Amino acid sequence: MELSELWFVLIGVVFIGFFFLEGFDYGVGMSTRFVARNQQERTIMVNTIGPFWDANEVWLLTGGGAIFAAFPHWYATMFSGYYLPLLAVLLCLIGRGVSFEFRRKINNHRWTNIWDWVIFIGSLLPPFLLGVLFTSMLKGMPIQQDMNMSAGFTDYINIYSLWGGLTVTLLCLLHGLDFLTLKTDGEIRQRTAAVAKKVTLAVLGALVVFVILSWMMTDIFQVHLIPELILIAAIVLVYILAYAFIAKKREGLAFTMTGLGLAFTVSAIFVGLFPRVMISSINKAFDLTVYNASSGAYSLKVMTIVAVTILPFVLAYTVWSYYIFRKRVTHKEHLTY
Amino acid sequence: MDQLWLARAQFTSTTIFHFFFVPLSIGLVFMVAIMETMYVVKKNEVYKKMAKFWGHLFLINFAVGVVTGIIQEFQFGMNWSEYSRFVGDVFGAPLAIEALLAFFMESTFVGLWIFGWERFSKKLHLACIWLVSLGTTLSAVWILTANSFMQVPVGFAVKNGRAEMNDFLALLGNGQLWAEFPHVFTGALCTAAFFVAGISAYNLLKKRHINFYKRSMKFAIVIGLIGSIGIALTGHTQAQYLVKTQPMKMAAAEGIWENTPDPAPWSAFALINTDKQTNSFELNIPYALSFLSYSKFNGSLKGMKTLQNEYSAKYDSIVGEGTNYIPPVKTTYWSFRLMVGFGVAMILLSLIGFYLWRKNRLDQSSIFLKFLLPAIAFPYLANTFGWIMTEVGRQPWTVFGLMTTADSISPNVPAGALLFSIIMYLLIFTLLAGVMVYLIVREVKKGPEIPNAAPLDGSTDPFKKVGA
Repeated sequence: MELSELWFVLIGVVFIGFFFLEGFDYGVGMSTRFVARNQQERTIMVNTIGPFWDANEVWLLTGGGAIFAAFPHWYATMFSGYYLPLLAVLLCLIGRGVSFEFRRKINNHRWTNIWDWVIFIGSLLPPFLLGVLFTSMLKGMPIQQDMNMSAGFTDYINIYSLWGGLTVTLLCLLHGLDFLTLKTDGEIRQRTAAVAKKVTLAVLGALVVFVILSWMMTDIFQVHLIPELILIAAIVLVYILAYAFIAKKREGLAFTMTGLGLAFTVSAIFVGLFPRVMISSINKAFDLTVYNASSGAYSLKVMTIVAVTILPFVLAYTVWSYYIFRKRVTHKEHLTY
Repeated sequence: MDQLWLARAQFTSTTIFHFFFVPLSIGLVFMVAIMETMYVVKKNEVYKKMAKFWGHLFLINFAVGVVTGIIQEFQFGMNWSEYSRFVGDVFGAPLAIEALLAFFMESTFVGLWIFGWERFSKKLHLACIWLVSLGTTLSAVWILTANSFMQVPVGFAVKNGRAEMNDFLALLGNGQLWAEFPHVFTGALCTAAFFVAGISAYNLLKKRHINFYKRSMKFAIVIGLIGSIGIALTGHTQAQYLVKTQPMKMAAAEGIWENTPDPAPWSAFALINTDKQTNSFELNIPYALSFLSYSKFNGSLKGMKTLQNEYSAKYDSIVGEGTNYIPPVKTTYWSFRLMVGFGVAMILLSLIGFYLWRKNRLDQSSIFLKFLLPAIAFPYLANTFGWIMTEVGRQPWTVFGLMTTADSISPNVPAGALLFSIIMYLLIFTLLAGVMVYLIVREVKKGPEIPNAAPLDGSTDPFKKVGA
């Protein structure tokens, strides 16, 4: 395997990490309006992700940084090409990030409510927009010979990309709901589980439509038929299992399944792209690939050594922090946010 | 307003805004870590109270710093895609490492620190805040590694029309980095010191929590002295390095058009005419520029006119004939002087504070205390003007000697999108700054005896008067 191929895989792994972790805190953020009935319940929900959301978001920054370092052309084409969706993602992340810190700095119902709305919108839009972004990447975007992309409205926004956005949003919502069943207790836990069951069915429906649309709109099944079919089968299987586990109150296993579901979905997207990183809808020859968009061999070697050295430590203290805060969050204890 | 102007306006405004929060975070978490160390070692509850109170203010500031920083990483690709294509091989690596090494560390351990007061042993909790401090400082090291490459590019070769890294250790050992980082770090110490000093002074004037704020003030004076003398010394190293590596920036910062005599005088004030390339009035301090540049009282510097010719001969083949290599002189000249001015003021204030402390009159000199509140702004202004000098003085280059700013922008992003995003950022930033200042003022008024958060039922409304 060439180093540039390895880095494509590593970036995929970073995005799996991002959706696995930040996916559930987006889902929790969405649940504050779908499931919580009052501010006290919202507070409990926000505190379940309190110690984690900031580090989870770093996975996105790491993904961006890794694309920049390993595939400068990919970074340049994607970030300048998806200007407005990324601007919207940034604005959401800015608002959401300060809201956790600000929401209960003043003991006033309206003050908290305003920031809770920001958390809700800031948790709903980014997964939707990132879903739109990745789906439209699979379909191909108008990339010219000079590697620059000048996309119009219908390039970003069409039935396929909107459905992709919706699907990713639902996957994150479900992952968040399952996280909540794991981290709350009493009535919220039961209500969340009931919602999670319904959402699991919606997820399965959305996925089926998404696969059909992908068959019609993209070439990923021509390029990698067998791996894609295996991944799709795995995705469907884990969501069926997620439903069964939630019904049997095996919350830890259910959460693991929805996490795997996101991991397999990201894998299916990355496998579908490979060896391309950005598909040109104008001409196959203008595609950006892991070979023509990557950094030099030296740079990739340095980055590999750095990543292999640091990543185990990051994973270790991340796991440790989840272990420390493994208890369920209830209103009986002191809540920080 | 063309794309180049808008992209630059966006970078300038968002980066300056982001850098209001960064130095305070780096400096204040360092001070909080020292306070908590004192608590663990001396077992005196007042230090715990200090760590909690100042830590509280740190967290509000940190949150805004983090979110305004996300833009920075996206911005290179969004607005400067040609730059990213050309240097991503070299420039992307420190950014990725910054996320991997520093962002994960600070964000994970800040979460553990916030939520861990009751859960952890004292020592474990202390270790968390030190790891946050280490994370914020490492973050500065890596982003300055990237910036140093723009000032003094090393460790690369131009291949296939792109700058490709060929020596990572050269990038890390860049002289510019080790001149720049200590200067930025001591600047961060000053920012935190004057922040703590200003708030403490305000409360001492109001005679509130005198013991608490006097102790905080002493912390601030020590850190302020180390920081402000540190910025002077490290600034001096940087100036000497600048003469060697970017003589044009130095000449512009000094308003020198013609080669200077030997020894060279330092210009304290000048009326600069950029069209005629002369200064109509100059007030000079003899010998001082020689000392600043070479640490001795002789030696001359080249003027901008000479350097323009030298740069032409050297770089015209890269960027085309007739390029003007002279940066905006007045901006460079005055931002340098303002930075130095505020720096000197900080040294003086720290010394006065130290003197009053030794005389045991810290809470009695009301003139000094009154002056410290507006002095909170001094390090912010010095940091900002320092960066304006560094970045504007590098123009017309993004990467010195390699790529110009005009060649760096994204060709496919329309001016309208840039304008729209600037407006959105500025709106949100103004709002954030307002809320943050409001919250900090509120926390300061509440004083150190704060509960961790409001009670959960939310039954009390602070806007309602008691009994109303």
